[in-house]
Amino acid sequence: MTWLTDFLTSSIGKKLVMSLTGLFLCSFLVIHLIGNLQLLVPDDGVKFNTYAKFMTTNPLIKFISIGLYAGILLHAIQGLLIVFSNKKAKGSKYAVSTLANGSWMSKNMGLLGTFILFFLCIHMGDFWYKMKFTDSLAMVTYDGVEMKDLYKRVYASFSQIWIVIVYLVGLVALALHLLHGFQSAFTTIGLRHKKYTPIIKAMGVGFSIFIPLLYAIIPLWVLIKGAANY
Amino acid sequence: MKLDANIPEGPLAEKWKKYTGSMNLVAPNNKRRLDVIVVGTGLAGASAAATLAELGYNVKAFTFHDSPRRAHSIAAQGGINAAKNYQNDGDSVHRLFYDTVKGGDYRSREANVHRLAECSTEIIDQAVAQGVPFAREYGGLLANRTFGGVQVSRTFYARGQTGQQLLLGAYSALSRQIATGQVKMYNRHEMLDLVKVDGKARGIITRNLLNGKIERHAAHCVVLATGGYGNVFYLSTNAMGSNVSAAWRSVKQGALFANPCYTQIHPTCIPVSGEYQSKLTLMSESLRNDGRVWVPKTVEDAQAIQRGEKRAEDLAEEDRDYYLERRYPAFGNLVPRDVASRAAKVASDEGKGVVKTGLGVYLDFAEAIKRYGTSEAFSAGIDNPSAAKINELGEAVVKAKYGNLFQMYEKITGENPYKTAMKIYPAVHYTMGGLWVDYNLQTNVPGLFALGEANFSDHGANRLGASALMQGLADGYFVIPYTIGTFLANDIRTPKISNETPEFMEAEQRVKDRIDQLIAIKGNQSVESFHRRLGKIMWEYCGMSRNAEGLKKGRDLIRELRKEFYEDVFVPGSADEFNPELEKAARVADFLELGELFAVDAMDRGESCGGHFREESTENGEAMRNDAEYMYVSAWEWDDNNPILHKEDLKFEAVELKTRSYK
Amino acid sequence: MKLTLKIWRQKNNASQGHFENYKVEADEHMSFLEMLDVLNEGLIEKKETPVAFEHDCREGICGSCSMVINGRPHGLQKGTTACQLHMRAFKDGDTITVEPFRAAAFPVIKDLAVDRSSFDAIIQAGGYISVNTGQAPDGNSIPIEKDQALSAFDAATCIGCGACVAACPNGSAMLFTSAKVNHLAQLPQGAIEHTKRVKNMVKVMDREGFGKCSNVGACEVECPKEISTENIAALNRYYLGAMLGSQD
Repeated sequence: MTWLTDFLTSSIGKKLVMSLTGLFLCSFLVIHLIGNLQLLVPDDGVKFNTYAKFMTTNPLIKFISIGLYAGILLHAIQGLLIVFSNKKAKGSKYAVSTLANGSWMSKNMGLLGTFILFFLCIHMGDFWYKMKFTDSLAMVTYDGVEMKDLYKRVYASFSQIWIVIVYLVGLVALALHLLHGFQSAFTTIGLRHKKYTPIIKAMGVGFSIFIPLLYAIIPLWVLIKGAANY
Repeated sequence: MKLDANIPEGPLAEKWKKYTGSMNLVAPNNKRRLDVIVVGTGLAGASAAATLAELGYNVKAFTFHDSPRRAHSIAAQGGINAAKNYQNDGDSVHRLFYDTVKGGDYRSREANVHRLAECSTEIIDQAVAQGVPFAREYGGLLANRTFGGVQVSRTFYARGQTGQQLLLGAYSALSRQIATGQVKMYNRHEMLDLVKVDGKARGIITRNLLNGKIERHAAHCVVLATGGYGNVFYLSTNAMGSNVSAAWRSVKQGALFANPCYTQIHPTCIPVSGEYQSKLTLMSESLRNDGRVWVPKTVEDAQAIQRGEKRAEDLAEEDRDYYLERRYPAFGNLVPRDVASRAAKVASDEGKGVVKTGLGVYLDFAEAIKRYGTSEAFSAGIDNPSAAKINELGEAVVKAKYGNLFQMYEKITGENPYKTAMKIYPAVHYTMGGLWVDYNLQTNVPGLFALGEANFSDHGANRLGASALMQGLADGYFVIPYTIGTFLANDIRTPKISNETPEFMEAEQRVKDRIDQLIAIKGNQSVESFHRRLGKIMWEYCGMSRNAEGLKKGRDLIRELRKEFYEDVFVPGSADEFNPELEKAARVADFLELGELFAVDAMDRGESCGGHFREESTENGEAMRNDAEYMYVSAWEWDDNNPILHKEDLKFEAVELKTRSYK
Repeated sequence: MKLTLKIWRQKNNASQGHFENYKVEADEHMSFLEMLDVLNEGLIEKKETPVAFEHDCREGICGSCSMVINGRPHGLQKGTTACQLHMRAFKDGDTITVEPFRAAAFPVIKDLAVDRSSFDAIIQAGGYISVNTGQAPDGNSIPIEKDQALSAFDAATCIGCGACVAACPNGSAMLFTSAKVNHLAQLPQGAIEHTKRVKNMVKVMDREGFGKCSNVGACEVECPKEISTENIAALNRYYLGAMLGSQD
């Protein structure tokens, strides 16, 4: 098995782990978004809460979610290790720095990633942790089935402007991270082609802008709706 | 001293084959016991070191660069000749041999040149196998182009970077041997002396350029592949570090230096722009295929241009003198390098130069652009194309052919050569002279070999384009691996050479003393300023056109300068650190001696031949060779006061001596 | 033109470096290195230590020159080495900051000169085709499609200057390594040892202390030979194939 350890500890192998976990997390972003957009359905949370219960209790989803947590951890830890080892490989910095060579995002993926990680902690602490490990959420019953009212919790959170701001900033960081990360992931797995790379790049830009934008609609919607209600 | 070239018996075309079939060889088990030092890792050195290691010799290779890949072979642009006859245009080994002898103005050794032509074909095969990306035809086969002074298309090329690609090929072969341990590579080590034991070359003294450490390296024989000495002129197309020191240190140990005055001055270089200029840049000779060379007819116009009041395009056709087309109607702008260079000098000396310094002529593509543009417009079916359209189409064609050269020109001069005529002037480019070697590439010092530009052997008094790469690689890949055996076969019982013997200690002391001497002078002038002054003397008195009076004066001036150097040079820093000024000082000190020998040799050669033009030996203004008196190789033994001349007479059996005429 | 130069001075690898300011009078036709020559002449006249910098061919092909000019390896001009950069690219009164290439794998020797022997080590790990002299078949027995040959040539034009590493915020040598791998990979002669070459060259590249590529693309921008990062993608692909697809 030395071939595998050789591979995974090589510079390209490590980058491949970043690339694959990154793309996997991108796919999660899409799934998560589709589920969460149910928050916008004006049914007082029936659809969303049913969905949330399914996601936290279904054995298959539970199994997949372990992969997801592993993916996040792997992506974050490996990423930070790469950032630190690259810092060492660079040695000292230049007195004059310039933006001429390479985008700001590409040079600050570690910073953006760390920021996203912090955001993720806040986000998961607020919803995921409360949902899974505490009884702090109110209970609702639909068609005789009792479940936690995550919907209400979300609306309570997003009614506070500072939380919405935190989310918006987090999503901007995500967008910037994706702007470099999406197409970079394809280069790392060696997919580059004169004809198709421009398409991948365009898709990457689209993905990086639209996904965070759609996410952003949720807290904004809640905030505005809440304000209208008062 | 009797010079024996050791040319094998037999008819010219069979000499090399017969010789390699009957020469003494060293058996593989014995090769393992023999050490070879190779100094220099350009085309000749890297290919020799790699090949000798492949054969099983223990090789130690030295370069003063940080990596073998930096050698100046890398800068060769045009291409490499080979008698492949892939174009089916009548090329053959004999034709390549003949062209090279004729191009060299009948001052090279027939047998060596014939061997060079024979080896040329194998070089291409070897390079292709190594992965050198030569230019190809659409069918996937190798492409060729024509090059100055010959009637067949035999030049293989990789865009304008043939030297780079061939050097990287040799470097890769060398790297492979370094990885196996068969070559021990010493980067940033400069050879500062040759060590002889019992009259045989057995080692070298080097300085580690990073920390100044002086080291003694012993081996059974020493191979020098240290390039040419064009930098004696200070301004040349050579790299800043190119130097004669390894060869010159060997001369100090008794090796003979042959034909130092044979210098090739390349006609198409970018003119000098100011006093600060450190080097000259060559523009490939291929430009003369389409560019027309001219100067204004009148001195008044030229002066207006020099002052910047007029530009090339301001002069009407009838006010221009296309002097090459006028003087040499048969070859026109495609006359050989030496002829084109001298004609540019004549025009500039008449006051018709077109740059601020007065030293420059036009190389004009306006007509080519118009010609190509018209033909392109016709092929595209455009009736009555406008002048602008023709220009646009023509520029595109010229760009496809010479784009990278035009771009380089614009980078350096800041002028757009598509819009205004290029300015060019001749510059020192290659030195045909070098260490005297016999057929085995062995100098008169047994065990000391010289390859590539460092030896004198194959180009006579003038080198044809695309032949330098060919010679360097032929020597390294295909000649020395065989001929080194003629010396080493007698050494198979010689144990490892010790570097602790008195000879080594003495040589080490010599080197240390010399370095201390240079540092101790602590004068007031920089090394660079001496080098620059030497260059000016060389260019003025030993340059494109020479006469007895000037050469004598030049020699005196060089001697005075040398005296001044040892009294007033300032070398900053110390001997035990990375000290580029100290490196330069030792090299310039050697140039100051070689420069004198150069003048002495040029004085002795009272004829005009190839790159050596003596004003006393002309006929109707053209160079006149004197076969009756000067058909010899001048091999010089150094002596501080009066260098001693040894002659090797040249015999021509296979070719008939003719006057080179391009009229 | 009158210029202020802010130049990195460092006696040797063991000592700390610092910037020093110099005034120099330059001509717009000078190359950048000739301007440094003028500075050094002046320093020598004052019996001071001249600025050490690497240079040789001064025509953009040997790859010796290695300095960062105002934050850009080889200066601001596209596809140009420092030796071919001319002073007309600057204005009278400019302050120019000159630093050595910075990367852990390129330790400073003195002032602006750095040690790039790690590049040689990468080539020695497999940047060659194993063919002994004399073994080669006729050159035309290996036809290569014209575009393929040109593409191999584009990768082969690397001059080994190290600007890619100097420009990379990660100090990665992927452009250098991938250019050599891809030059040989595109030729039938080079295909034979391909797998071994890819594995070994990447291994040595990592061992020499270069960083990991994160596709910033600065290398391509600063490469004086404009070598494309497509080579990097290709090397990633080759490496995956070599490590996961081979039998050993």
